[in-house]
Amino acid sequence: MSQLSLLVAKNISKRFGGVQALADVSFTINHGEIYGLIGPNGAGKTSLFNVLTGIYAPDEGAFIFDGEPLAGAKPNDVAERGIARTFQNIRLFQNLSALENVMIGRHVRTRAGVFGAILRDRRTLAEEAAIEKRAYELLEYVGVAKRANDLAKHLAYGDQRRLEIARALATEPKLLALDEPAAGMNATETQALKRLLEDISRDGMTILLIEHDMKLVMSVCGRVLVLDYGKKIAEDSCAVVQNDPKVIAAYLGGEVSLNLKGA
Amino acid sequence: MSARRRRKAIPSKAWAGVALVAVALALLPFVAALVGQAWVRILNFAMIYVMLALGLNIVVGFAGLLDLGYIAFYAVGAYVYALLASPHFGIHLPFWVILPLGSGLACIFGVLLGAPTLKLRGDYLAIVTLGFGEIVRIFLNNLNAPVNLTNGPQGINLIDPFHVGSFSFAKAETLAGIPFSGPQKYYYLLLLLTIAVIVINLRLQDSRLGRAWEAVREDEVAAKAMGINTRNIKLLAFAMGASFGGIAGGIFSATQEFVSPESFGLLESIIVLAMVVLGGMGNIPGVILGAVLLTLLPEVLRSTMEPLQNALFGRVLLDAETVRLLVFGIALVAIMLYRPAGLWPSAVRKRELEGAKAGS
Repeated sequence: MSQLSLLVAKNISKRFGGVQALADVSFTINHGEIYGLIGPNGAGKTSLFNVLTGIYAPDEGAFIFDGEPLAGAKPNDVAERGIARTFQNIRLFQNLSALENVMIGRHVRTRAGVFGAILRDRRTLAEEAAIEKRAYELLEYVGVAKRANDLAKHLAYGDQRRLEIARALATEPKLLALDEPAAGMNATETQALKRLLEDISRDGMTILLIEHDMKLVMSVCGRVLVLDYGKKIAEDSCAVVQNDPKVIAAYLGGEVSLNLKGA
Repeated sequence: MSARRRRKAIPSKAWAGVALVAVALALLPFVAALVGQAWVRILNFAMIYVMLALGLNIVVGFAGLLDLGYIAFYAVGAYVYALLASPHFGIHLPFWVILPLGSGLACIFGVLLGAPTLKLRGDYLAIVTLGFGEIVRIFLNNLNAPVNLTNGPQGINLIDPFHVGSFSFAKAETLAGIPFSGPQKYYYLLLLLTIAVIVINLRLQDSRLGRAWEAVREDEVAAKAMGINTRNIKLLAFAMGASFGGIAGGIFSATQEFVSPESFGLLESIIVLAMVVLGGMGNIPGVILGAVLLTLLPEVLRSTMEPLQNALFGRVLLDAETVRLLVFGIALVAIMLYRPAGLWPSAVRKRELEGAKAGS
């Protein structure tokens, strides 16, 4: 790896009418780390996510991803460059099977066109077989292989979250961006998710994690970025951030000392 | 279509079924000829409509884009054939040159229509495509001045039938001891083309592109986030759909030996859409069923209503054409009430519709 940072965000700003959703936010994500993004509701976490993944264009600032600027890239370009995301409110292809969902994730890394589809030459058939094989492996990896042929919408909530991660991994990302993957999960499911994130990280993936579950964030993330009212108020290791008076004030609105570990 | 199912070996029973259907299809024009040569012609029409409906199914069924101007591509294909194989310009190219040309030009028109409408969805897309269909028809109607391109409302006459060398598909002839009429010869050629179109559609559906279309239809935002270039994939749906329309148009031109702008009105677009919707959007067998039913049913009505009325009342009270539209309308309403996903729906589409109902 020539450079240490996978993603550098420089002075990102985004305004929606009179609301300053993001103001001058800068941060860096290093190769191989799990990077947390936290903040109270409405702090701008999802806005930052949407700006990063090309759904919105930033008003100011730029992202450097893997050494190249990401300016003006559309969501599909961003995915092609190597940032795969999940959604806060799960956006699977509900009426397709779990396997098909992951197979669609392979689209961006495969080539077959109209003629391949019609002629079904050896290369296309081999590619199709590889897509299916890889999709199955990913389902096994996240632990929903048993339900490969069930419709996405019939999967249990926790499994849908995992399926979304499998679909994102199918695009062979360099950065996996997860938008509140533990939202709505019970304690057991969150524990399983934590193990999955650790596995993914151990296999060399860099992860950006937006999460409200502080216990999860503090236990898996190396460093965290804290946003409040669109501004960066802290970026450091978990231990430092959770004792930062500004962070505590943002979450609790006053000078209260609190041990976030128990939260 | 699950990819797993596809790779299973086909059981011998299924082969027996295929053989049976093949024999039935091979004998069909002779059975139809017993009732009258007109019925062979109707069968040929049914196959043209199957091709048209399958083309539209790519746009509406696979990619989920409502297109009310689809007939414009049919018109483009028909006029390309008419202009390049008739005394109008004195050009007489062989059909195997013109059909790909017509299909290619229709494909370009598909992209032309698709490009500016990509950001539109649902009702808005329907209105723009409807306008496009009308524009093409009105152009065909008026392009007889200052340069006479299309011969205006009079249409183009004396179009060459399909022929290979001296073998013409329009002439009655005895081949291998069996007498073939013109429409019967066309029937076999059309059957081959229709089967090719069906195979292409089945393969497209069960491919990387078919999945991408499905993804766009299900959730465009998620599809984009997965790296699918939704703009290109929608354009491709328009282009593919249009090229099948172009082929069907060329065949229509050749079998009718006459085209005029009148054949490409809004009603025609709606009928093809009705075939897709009635049969079952997104499901290829369903769409074929829809196309065949909606072509044959009016003809059956036409041939039975008048004798029936004559027998009952001694005269014709209701004109067959009027009854046709009435029955059409009733059938559409009934289907939408009782089988909203179509007669033979695709499993995925049915689930989408049920989901939408439950959600509203």
